[in-house]
Amino acid sequence: MKIAFTTTGKGWDAQVDTRFGRAIGFFIFSEESKIEYYVSNEQNMNAMGGAGVQSAQNIINLKIDALVTGNMGPRAFQILNSAGIKIYLAEENLTIKEAYEAFKKNELKEVANPNVAGHWV
Amino acid sequence: MKISVASGKGGTGKTTFAVNFSLFLNNIKKNKIVLVDLDVEEPDCHIFLKHKNFKRKKCFREIPKVNEKCNLCGKCSEICEFNAIAVTNTKVIIFPDLCHSCYACIEMCPQKAFDIENIEMGEIHWGNIASNNFYFVEGKLKIGEVMAVPMIRQTKNFSAERFGENSYFIFDSPPGTSCPVIEATKESDFVVLVTEPTPFGLHDLKLAVETMRKLRKKFGVVINKAGIGDQSVSEYCYNEKISILGEIPYSREIAELYSQGKNIINLPSINKIFEKIHKNILSLL
Repeated sequence: MKIAFTTTGKGWDAQVDTRFGRAIGFFIFSEESKIEYYVSNEQNMNAMGGAGVQSAQNIINLKIDALVTGNMGPRAFQILNSAGIKIYLAEENLTIKEAYEAFKKNELKEVANPNVAGHWV
Repeated sequence: MKISVASGKGGTGKTTFAVNFSLFLNNIKKNKIVLVDLDVEEPDCHIFLKHKNFKRKKCFREIPKVNEKCNLCGKCSEICEFNAIAVTNTKVIIFPDLCHSCYACIEMCPQKAFDIENIEMGEIHWGNIASNNFYFVEGKLKIGEVMAVPMIRQTKNFSAERFGENSYFIFDSPPGTSCPVIEATKESDFVVLVTEPTPFGLHDLKLAVETMRKLRKKFGVVINKAGIGDQSVSEYCYNEKISILGEIPYSREIAELYSQGKNIINLPSINKIFEKIHKNILSLL
């Protein structure tokens, strides 16, 4: 399974970024190949609008199976849901490592609906 | 002739000025006077015109609609400057409220997989007010629609087509300094910035001045509610060599008329102030 975490920095000890659309970056980990890497999301941090849409598109383009983030708005949810990508919510102050451990133990809540409102709707 | 009335800060008296200045011009000019309310999110000039039987016309904006030629290549999502399109492995998702109707996706699609869909965004209302030579047009966005610019553009184009370029247009602009204000002022010959002599008024006036300078517009300032606040707006205009076209006093009489939805141009003292403002505008054109 290829998992993406929204992150505030690089590596396993960085904190999960609770924002999705305007997350600082994505930490990507493939369980099969054990390959891990960081993708900057700077382009969307400064987007005028539709940051969630573009971030969701990036997650799709990265061929992610599961996403761990803090919050999810309606547009991003609609896109990721349609792409069949599973979304899990991590609490604030967790490191990527802690979030991954919680994910493995099935302790993260899977999102069935957007949990925050969009900024325009 | 096109004159826009803008402000930066909301609630400074744009509408009061636009309506009364239009009525003033109607008294002294032979031209057709057309007051156009371009504050399409909250048009309120009509409150002061007491006109009931407006003609109406629905307005639409065009958004892309994907057809069966789509092969989910993702090009549209890549080029959309406004993040209004996402492409998943099963479908294209379009967000109409993010779409700026720029047509880039439609033009650039390698499969020609887009048709155009019209969505209703609002209405234009218009009518002949008070005398044969005074007309009123307003654009009004539908509730839930967030794109003011296309509504403003259509209202402006409608006014020009209907009443001819030789009319005297007064555009009541939205507050702020963002895209809607730019759309409502960019083709005007002159912009009147209405402000109030308070720290808030000054703060937003500076932003409005900056915007008008970037647009290379001729502009001047009308200080409304003169007598409240402080001298900082006058000092700022003096230092920046910005012309103060006139000052409308803060008075109970004006406030009472306003609260009853009445106009102030019939007060002799106010008529005199508008005469001076008009003269000052002419000298700057």
